Amino acid sequence: MKSAHLARLVALAIAVAPCAAASQVVAGAAADTARKTPPPGAGAISTPNADPFPSTYRARAAKATVIRNVNIFTGAGPLIRGGAILLRDGKVVAVGATVSATADATVIDGGGRYVTPGLIDTHTHLGVYPAPGGPAHSDGNEATAPVTAHVWAEHSVWPQDPQFPRDLMGGVTTVQVLPGSANLIGGRSAILKVVPSTSAQGMKFPGAKYGLKMACGENPKRVYANRGPATRMANVALTRAAWIQAEAYRRKWDAWNANAKGDPPTRDLGLETLAEVLRGNILVQNHCYQADEMMQMIDIAHEFGYKIRSFHHGVEAYKIADKLATEEISGSLWSDWGGFKMESLDAIRANIAIVHAAGARAVLHSDDGLGSQRLNQGAAKALAAGREAGIPLTDEDAIAWITRNPAWTLGLDDRIGTLEPGKNADVVLWSGNPLSVYTRADMVWIDGAVYFDRSDTAQRWRTDFELGYVPDNDGRTR
Amino acid sequence: MRARMQTAALAALLALPAAAQSQVIAITGGTVHPVSGAMIERGTVLIRDEKIADVGANIAIPAGARVIDASGKIVTPGLVNANTQLGLSEGGGPQFSGGYNDTRAKGTRGVAAAFRAWEGFNPASTFITPARQGGVTTVMIAPSGGMIGGQSALLNLGGDRLEDMLVRRTNGGPAVAMSASFSAGAADAASRGELLGRLREVLFDARAYGANRAAFERNATRSFAAPRADLEALQAVVDTSLPLVVEVDRAADIRAVLDLKRRDKLPLRLILLGAAEGWQVAADIAAAKVPVMVGAMSNIPGSFDVLGARQENAALLRAAGIPVVLISNGSDDAQNFNVQNIRYEAGNAVAYGLPWDEALRAITLAPAEAFGVADQIGSLRPGRDANIVIWDGDPFEFATKAETVLIRGVVQTGASRQDELTRRYAPMKGRP
Repeated sequence: MKSAHLARLVALAIAVAPCAAASQVVAGAAADTARKTPPPGAGAISTPNADPFPSTYRARAAKATVIRNVNIFTGAGPLIRGGAILLRDGKVVAVGATVSATADATVIDGGGRYVTPGLIDTHTHLGVYPAPGGPAHSDGNEATAPVTAHVWAEHSVWPQDPQFPRDLMGGVTTVQVLPGSANLIGGRSAILKVVPSTSAQGMKFPGAKYGLKMACGENPKRVYANRGPATRMANVALTRAAWIQAEAYRRKWDAWNANAKGDPPTRDLGLETLAEVLRGNILVQNHCYQADEMMQMIDIAHEFGYKIRSFHHGVEAYKIADKLATEEISGSLWSDWGGFKMESLDAIRANIAIVHAAGARAVLHSDDGLGSQRLNQGAAKALAAGREAGIPLTDEDAIAWITRNPAWTLGLDDRIGTLEPGKNADVVLWSGNPLSVYTRADMVWIDGAVYFDRSDTAQRWRTDFELGYVPDNDGRTR
Repeated sequence: MRARMQTAALAALLALPAAAQSQVIAITGGTVHPVSGAMIERGTVLIRDEKIADVGANIAIPAGARVIDASGKIVTPGLVNANTQLGLSEGGGPQFSGGYNDTRAKGTRGVAAAFRAWEGFNPASTFITPARQGGVTTVMIAPSGGMIGGQSALLNLGGDRLEDMLVRRTNGGPAVAMSASFSAGAADAASRGELLGRLREVLFDARAYGANRAAFERNATRSFAAPRADLEALQAVVDTSLPLVVEVDRAADIRAVLDLKRRDKLPLRLILLGAAEGWQVAADIAAAKVPVMVGAMSNIPGSFDVLGARQENAALLRAAGIPVVLISNGSDDAQNFNVQNIRYEAGNAVAYGLPWDEALRAITLAPAEAFGVADQIGSLRPGRDANIVIWDGDPFEFATKAETVLIRGVVQTGASRQDELTRRYAPMKGRP
């Protein structure tokens, strides 16, 4: 069934290609020639895993690299003291006490410094709320209706946001850029590599699943107080109503995609995104603070048969840590933000540690352009608070909160988040132990190529906006 | 016999701190950073009642003193977070405070000089204990907003009565600064030029009012640019007994503010707050002998006023000889709900070039000096309040804990609301 479906897709694509003659007969498209009406163009079709804005990211060419004489947090095991790592063709080839490399490899002597996987921030608004801020740049919340599943964050991403290179200098190599939390359903997120590009497509992580931003709690009901939702109960009702529509849409399109009987159903961008969630192709990233509301969002997910990948902010995640473990929902959390809203009043600094101790995946996230540059510091704060609360934790646990666990949250744990053979060569060389307040990233590799080198100021990534406006480290606005 | 015992028992129950006997505490064996002088290895800090009595390497400890062994630990003055709204806003904001926003006054066209920010302070705020547990013994309670936003005060975080917490200037009141802001919207002004004009007018009128009070009371002066109470409060600014803390970021704007003194010859004691682009005009700031209150976390050109935001700012300004008070400009909310995070600000300042001793000074003695209370707080010297912290490591590091915190000679204890929530939910051996 699947191959016939694909053949039909190929046939349709060829049929609508520019310059294709109307009378062109396409091999294997017997079903189409039987139609009386012309087949729908590709834009009218709602297809699982469609990719109308494909990533154009191309890894930079790079020689093989050996980083040796370094302490390596692999994200997957105990710290390797005085070890080495070999990168080639964009991948980690070997990591251990020693590695054997070919003569053409670039050799970096780490001098006893530390290495981690590239850090991953599951919650940013880089590019959609860029710097400098203002109405012309406020593109993160389509706050015109409480359900805007049709919008995609990447279409608001401004690649010239100066926050991107600053994140890279903080050791962050992959970010999830989310719509804001004004809406119950805010739209698709964008999974981006933190690299220079003239287009958002040039930053998109190839093959990454999209996320769907959802939100509960105070924000939607405050933004839509006049027209609804005005209460938490309406938050839930409107959310469920959206999924009911999505269910119907999915059934119709799954049937048509299987049989192509008659005219296709009407394509709807919002319902298309929601149907993809129901099919498991898009991962739900749910902003939610209070424990009781998280429990309700879990019930909604069960009602409609989707899984919540991660609760974001989850200030009260510690109160339902066991549930997060059994439901396999990660907590994308802060180390110490709280108190600024009623729903954040019960923030405790041991939140991440308690979630971790219950067996759930804890993630240190930022939701902030400054915090995103210091994920390692956030992890260190959470580690200290957890130990103070009597929870046994290792340094490796803290590193997992900013590498392996966020990689899983984005559905990319087969490619990033740890330094193991076969994984992408996203690597950070730190000036010291990354859990120290004094430590900074010295070098950052993405797919095996150097994208940041603190000692090489001439090659420093400065976005177009920065030219002439933002002084460089020598105080010049070159 | 019974009556006497009852009386004695009663007396014991009523035993008050101000008893005839002095309370002497000796902190011994630690690496002591007085800040006002060189570090002392295996030093002793001697405390008598509320004050530091002596600090040194070989100090005789009186008999009967309570000894706190600080061997292997680091001993510093209590930290000062010089820019907070601690105790002015509990979670949830005005909707949960009877409609009050205690951080700011309505004022009159941007002027609220008579507003005393500390009068809305709530000693029962649940965010005070975490600040104290994190080694912060003194905070500045400052208004937010307003061209002239109101008066600030320093509070020691021990005790539960505002009057006992205020750090009063010797020969002065509780106010230690007047807040001002250059930001748009602060003054009901459409432009910087209009704001500067209004600021000059208000300050000159304050002087005119002060010289003609009697006539004013007889209704025999022209009308002034601000209400009487505000003009009265501004007397301390125009006679330079109170510094004017001006929140300003852009390099050109900093120069404009400095010009109030230099070109307009307004008698002012200025302090710059924020000063994101201060490093670009460090020479001018140094020449004007104006201290700065800056952070070490912000490097994002978030507006056209802070295009030059850099984490090296504090280090560059200090290197130019400018007194630097370190405040928070990061996003970990060291202004409201995470006041204790000021020590990580210091760590980041060091990572970006500020020497370690200078960073410690920037959150202890520098604010005390800038606000005229160095005779009371900010260093480990005889006669100062016994605000002292014993740390189990480098105070700027995340892994370090403030093991013992003294405020005015009293060891601080007590769990925070956060502690109670943590206890309720943290996994414990044997608990299901």
